[in-house]
Amino acid sequence: MASERKPAARAAENTSPFGFDTLQVHAGTAPDPATGARTTPIYQTTAFVFEDADQAASLFNLQTFGNIYTRLTNPTTAVFEQKIAALENARAATAVASGHAAQLVAFHMLMNPGDHIVASRKLYGGSITQLGVSFKRFDWHTTFVDPDDIDGFAAAVTPKTKAIFVESLANPGGVISDIEALADVAHKAGIPLIVDNTMATPYLCRPIEWGADIVLHSATKFLGGHGNSMGGVIVDSGLFDWGQNDKFPHLSQPSPAYHGLTFWETFGDMAFAVACRTISLRDLGPAISPFNAFMILTGMETLSLRMRKHCDNAQTVAEFLARHPKVEWVSYAGLKSDRYHALAQKYLPRGAGSVFTFGLKGGYESGTKFVESLQVFSHLANIGDTRSLVIHPASTTHRQLSPEQRAAAGAGDNVIRLSIGIEDVADLIKDLEKALAAA
Amino acid sequence: MSATLDKIDHDNYNDDYVRGILRKTRVIAMVGASPNWNRPSYFAMKYLQQKGYRVIPVNPKEAGNEILGEKVYASLSDIPVKVDMVDCFRASAAIPPITDEAIKIGAKVLWLQLGVRNDDAAAKAEAAGLQVVMNRCPKIEFGRLSREIGWMGVNTRVINSKRQSRI
Ligand SMILES: Cc1ncc(COP(=O)(O)O)c(C=O)c1O
Repeated sequence: MASERKPAARAAENTSPFGFDTLQVHAGTAPDPATGARTTPIYQTTAFVFEDADQAASLFNLQTFGNIYTRLTNPTTAVFEQKIAALENARAATAVASGHAAQLVAFHMLMNPGDHIVASRKLYGGSITQLGVSFKRFDWHTTFVDPDDIDGFAAAVTPKTKAIFVESLANPGGVISDIEALADVAHKAGIPLIVDNTMATPYLCRPIEWGADIVLHSATKFLGGHGNSMGGVIVDSGLFDWGQNDKFPHLSQPSPAYHGLTFWETFGDMAFAVACRTISLRDLGPAISPFNAFMILTGMETLSLRMRKHCDNAQTVAEFLARHPKVEWVSYAGLKSDRYHALAQKYLPRGAGSVFTFGLKGGYESGTKFVESLQVFSHLANIGDTRSLVIHPASTTHRQLSPEQRAAAGAGDNVIRLSIGIEDVADLIKDLEKALAAA
Repeated sequence: MSATLDKIDHDNYNDDYVRGILRKTRVIAMVGASPNWNRPSYFAMKYLQQKGYRVIPVNPKEAGNEILGEKVYASLSDIPVKVDMVDCFRASAAIPPITDEAIKIGAKVLWLQLGVRNDDAAAKAEAAGLQVVMNRCPKIEFGRLSREIGWMGVNTRVINSKRQSRI
């Protein structure tokens, strides 16, 4: 466990007396009070009727709890939010339309023009582009650092830095972040550590227990788990003291968006989650559909079962590939020989996830031939589905780059990325064997 | 379970303790109540009124005025009706004299808001038979135990397969 932290207005221990499997089924999912429906109803409505003018005013002033408009809150979406908050051992969560929307909304709450982020260099490619290119147009600047170089993070922090951002288990490189050490660096600088926990899920790793302040997810992946719904979520530990310095005026100073209400003072340990919702989500607009929230929360009820099977299958497949004569290397932290194996044992003791890359002996041609020869694996650009997925980055997602740029991005001509599903592992291995023979 | 005999862990209240207090309380004296709509005390007072509590504001600077339809008193001792709970929106250092007054007027609960804690005052109140809650907000606790706060994506830590959502 990370060192004890006690912010001024911490209201409650997050820790639940219930086990993970109980929480994934029950957290947030009480029977519907209006109808008694045991499964969460899909509140497919844009707006909610006010009780009277006074209640309407209280709702708009954030003085009472209730629903106004689905861009802000929705009872179906709230079940997804409560479930992920409980599973991450957090105070609160705010759901949005995608993983990228979660990043946008979270950073919008922290950043002003001219501000700065220190991020791992090994992030999902789309996140590198979001932070490195699109955020620049908001005058938000990112320094990317080698994830293994903890001192490098500390050295990159400037007085304008508002957060450190890493992935617990990076997509697709198999890099594992030393969350506890990075949390120390962030807290010494008076800024939060934000961890994208998409690839690990709270079943494999709970970053807040190692000192992370904010956790983000692309719920599109393992949380939903069935490859059917886009979604994202911002998870607030409730442990960061937003009033410790003057770096976060949107939280610690009176808000012009709410006639002078101060979020940190009014909402205490849920201030960040509430502000993400009532300022950033309200004003930027990337709300999740209640139907997608329903699909995701239903998927989450089996999260631990699926993750166990994903990890068991991935371990078997990785060991098979590591022994195969046509395979040059396998980058999977579950392998004893892997450079991240020790960190995996610390942060992901239940399994090293199910997304990893390997290198074929051969070039670009072998890569495309391999992918085309698979029958059970689906060739597509996603991860974290019940189905096994494959992609040859050089001929798809990284096609626009030069061979040198591809190599630097870990997407060299011979690199294949797999997302191992929950099928019978023997069938997966047969499929891979056949494709390797053809490659 | 007797709350006055069991030692209360003020870092970690159990839900039944807080639920018990919120269920039996009817009249709350709110010390440090503000007439400004964007102050936390105003939020809490308005919400607690909506949930059926009578909330009587105490604030010497506002004495004689009204907040949310209730007359403001200068001190706890000036309140002409029986008070069940004293809820304090004041700095931790200002709590001891309020505690003495809360004991004097026969309140049954001393509640200190988020960020407010005074262990000596709490011990004194408990010795006089009061129940004490510190560093919590009754609005948030009511919202949590009724699961209403879950609409804001907050982890209520409550798991219940019963239909009703009373606290
Ligand atoms: C680790 C990680 N973070 C964020 C994202 C972005 O999520 P979304 O596609 O839901 O916007 C992805 C998507 O691939 C991802 O793998």
